[in-house]
Amino acid sequence: MSVLVLDSVVRTHGAGEGKVNALQGISLSVAPGELVAVMGPSGSGKSTLLHLAGGLDQPTSGRVLVEGTDLGGLSGKELARVRRRSVGYVFQDFNLVPALTAAENVSLPLELDGTSARKARKQALESLADVGIPELADRFPDDMSGGPQQRVAIARALVGERRLVLADEPTGALDSTTGEAVMALLRARCDAGAAGVLVTHDARHAAWADRVVFLRDGLVTDESVYRAPEEALRT
Amino acid sequence: MSVRHGLLALLAEQPRYGYELRGEFEARTGSPLNVGQVYTTLSRLERDGCVTASGASETGQRYYQITAVGRAEVTQWFTTPVRREDRPRDELAIKLALAVGSEDVDMRAIIQAQRTDSLRALQDYTRLKVRAGAQGTDDLTWLLVLDAMVFQTEAEVRWLDHCETRLVQARRPAPLHQPAGEGAEVTR
Repeated sequence: MSVLVLDSVVRTHGAGEGKVNALQGISLSVAPGELVAVMGPSGSGKSTLLHLAGGLDQPTSGRVLVEGTDLGGLSGKELARVRRRSVGYVFQDFNLVPALTAAENVSLPLELDGTSARKARKQALESLADVGIPELADRFPDDMSGGPQQRVAIARALVGERRLVLADEPTGALDSTTGEAVMALLRARCDAGAAGVLVTHDARHAAWADRVVFLRDGLVTDESVYRAPEEALRT
Repeated sequence: MSVRHGLLALLAEQPRYGYELRGEFEARTGSPLNVGQVYTTLSRLERDGCVTASGASETGQRYYQITAVGRAEVTQWFTTPVRREDRPRDELAIKLALAVGSEDVDMRAIIQAQRTDSLRALQDYTRLKVRAGAQGTDDLTWLLVLDAMVFQTEAEVRWLDHCETRLVQARRPAPLHQPAGEGAEVTR
């Protein structure tokens, strides 16, 4: 089953003359193990797409399903729960809480969701180990450089049962080799079963995805699907 | 691309047979060479005093060695930056430039098809890098060559994005109410 499904999603801002069609009928599904990159110029609808996928915004028409649940049918409380339990965000500027250690940052969403502190810490440590920085668990974000901070953010996005990671220009604040290491990590987490949507301006980073979707004016203009050489030969 | 300097650089490391040079060049750069190219280049290098060939092996293979002249040339090559105008023409730039003036060509379709194709290449290079990393080969030469292809292709995709935006802007009808400022300046 797809972790994320966008079904004929339309999002319009405003009305009348000032009406803006941010998305004009986008359908997209992301399976476990899959990383999809969304590229496009500013104003093409990339961020709107990510907000809808994360339940931070609602479509004007069409449906958004996360792990089979139609977000449109949920109350505010239920929606907040899906956001905490199923969806993780990774941002360009990391968005870690400076007063909390790496482990505390990662366990925060679990604790907010009612997991006991001890269990949340255990899962946070596992998640930090998954992103290759178990030794930084008790360090504060300000004592780390950008690469490790983004690793913490990815650990937080995928802690516990969460399987959908939405990344908004995650490499934007990093130099090219550190950015590449972050992409390799995101790729590895998807290979391990997560589903990922990556919004980026950077073709070099989009190339880590299985599929690259180009948006312009709220529509998909073209799409590049990676096919393994053996698969390409078969068709 | 300079086959001449590539072969000289390999010979500066150690003397080699012609077939060895070809294999080594391809393995190190990922860039194919045909046998003919190798031997015509070697005979020119020999003519110019950059290499000497010594005794044929049983199978008639000649063994090539670099000379002082050849060493000077390869040093010069390594220390001189590559100039853009020395590189072969960019067929894509030529194609798009000609498409602009041609009415029956859908330029946007060309750009999108090219971008999809370039991205697929970029995805291939990225997978090759992952594979090289996973095998722990630590083959720096191969990674550098892959990176070069990655960055070149990325630049191409960025440029295509830029072309697409320019095209959209150029075709968008002019707004009815010209904002004061630049527009007013022009009409005055």
